[in-house]
Amino acid sequence: MIAIIDYGSGNIQAIKNIYKKLKIECKFVSEPEQLNDVDKIILPGVGAFDEAMTQLNESGLREILDLMVLEQKTPVLGVCVGMQIMAISSDEGKLDGLGWFDAQVKLFDENIINHKPKLPHMGWNEIQPKSEHSILTSIDFEKGYYFLHSYYFECHDEKDILATTHYGDIFHCAVNKGNIFGFQFHPEKSHSNGINLFKNFAEL
Amino acid sequence: MLRSRVIPCLLVHNKGLVKTVKFKAPKYVGDPINAVKIFNEKEVDELIVLDIDATINGVEPNYQMIEHLANESRMPLCYGGGVKTPEQAQKIIKLGVEKVALSSEAIYNPKLLIDIANIIGRQSVVVVLDIKKTLFGSYDIYSHNGKKKVKKNLFEFVAELETIGIGELVINSIDNDGVMKGYDLALIKKVREHVSVPLTVLGGAGSADDILNLIDEYKIIGASAGSLFVFKGVYKAVLINYLPEFALQKIRQISKT
Repeated sequence: MIAIIDYGSGNIQAIKNIYKKLKIECKFVSEPEQLNDVDKIILPGVGAFDEAMTQLNESGLREILDLMVLEQKTPVLGVCVGMQIMAISSDEGKLDGLGWFDAQVKLFDENIINHKPKLPHMGWNEIQPKSEHSILTSIDFEKGYYFLHSYYFECHDEKDILATTHYGDIFHCAVNKGNIFGFQFHPEKSHSNGINLFKNFAEL
Repeated sequence: MLRSRVIPCLLVHNKGLVKTVKFKAPKYVGDPINAVKIFNEKEVDELIVLDIDATINGVEPNYQMIEHLANESRMPLCYGGGVKTPEQAQKIIKLGVEKVALSSEAIYNPKLLIDIANIIGRQSVVVVLDIKKTLFGSYDIYSHNGKKKVKKNLFEFVAELETIGIGELVINSIDNDGVMKGYDLALIKKVREHVSVPLTVLGGAGSADDILNLIDEYKIIGASAGSLFVFKGVYKAVLINYLPEFALQKIRQISKT
């Protein structure tokens, strides 16, 4: 059973619809006890960093998520701000992140983006895989994914980088450390490439 | 590299989809959810849905409709219509919409955009400006579906929006709306000079070539259209459609240059 964490941060229904289409079981989770029968977790997110952290901290799910992800090694997938909050901290906010990755979230440097538009990074962009992983099976890297963000995730450990994208400079658009995955783009809004990604995650 | 976005724009009026000409004569073109399903199958880049009744009628956004649209949409969705407060914007984002568009409220109370950005993130704040050319070739901003002329200089105001910090600016040409004879390229050129945020243009696209020419010129731009994606042929039979494959390939090629 896949849990889509419902902590008030966007887009959960779109993910549920994709799993319904794939005939894979999933459910929304907003209470710790709902996680009993769960073997995979999706952490969605739209909005600002502090807003997402505040909602997660107030949801009562923070402790059990730390336990399941860090101790029990339950596979977890963070999307957009749901990925960014897995870092230690963010330029966008004052609150601490979850710290699941040795990483920081930084604001793009507009000076190195030599075209208009500058920020936010908005639209469909290619991704380049940096390491082989079954979660990237049947993905059209050139077609890529839909991005919408002004802050990017920067891994301090190169081993955690799963894929990169170019916007002004190369940044880490997909990250992976053992059971933990993070995607800066929006697979739930990226048509077949997104559906394949959710399918691959379910089959891990 | 980042590609230009080609974006069908759907107008909601009396709970149905309509298409206007110069903001007048709304013609019924179908059901919003059905259109979203078709655009899913065609894997469109993004979708804009504007409720053209909400501000005029002074009512709240129709959250039930927005939720249905967001649930159905497998592409990014921008909703606009009747949004006046950060709470409303937040509620819409929580329904699963990626971007919230403001027009009249952004024009008359631009500081509101800061409060909204603080909650939903700047990247999700979109401002739509409806523009009409004057007899002397300058441009006026209008609100309330083209009925109310705004006493602000367009270029000063877009520069102000840039300073405030928004996620996207949509420039909609009232004169070219539904005419299908091409975008107002002079207007687009001037606006692009004044802002560095993502720019999306709407009003006038009548063919794939209109869109390709625009993208070829600007390399990264949002090309939005209404009539082009809801009508087919000279008699404007209703047919929800998207750019043909050759045009989509061309856009990919342009992004690599």
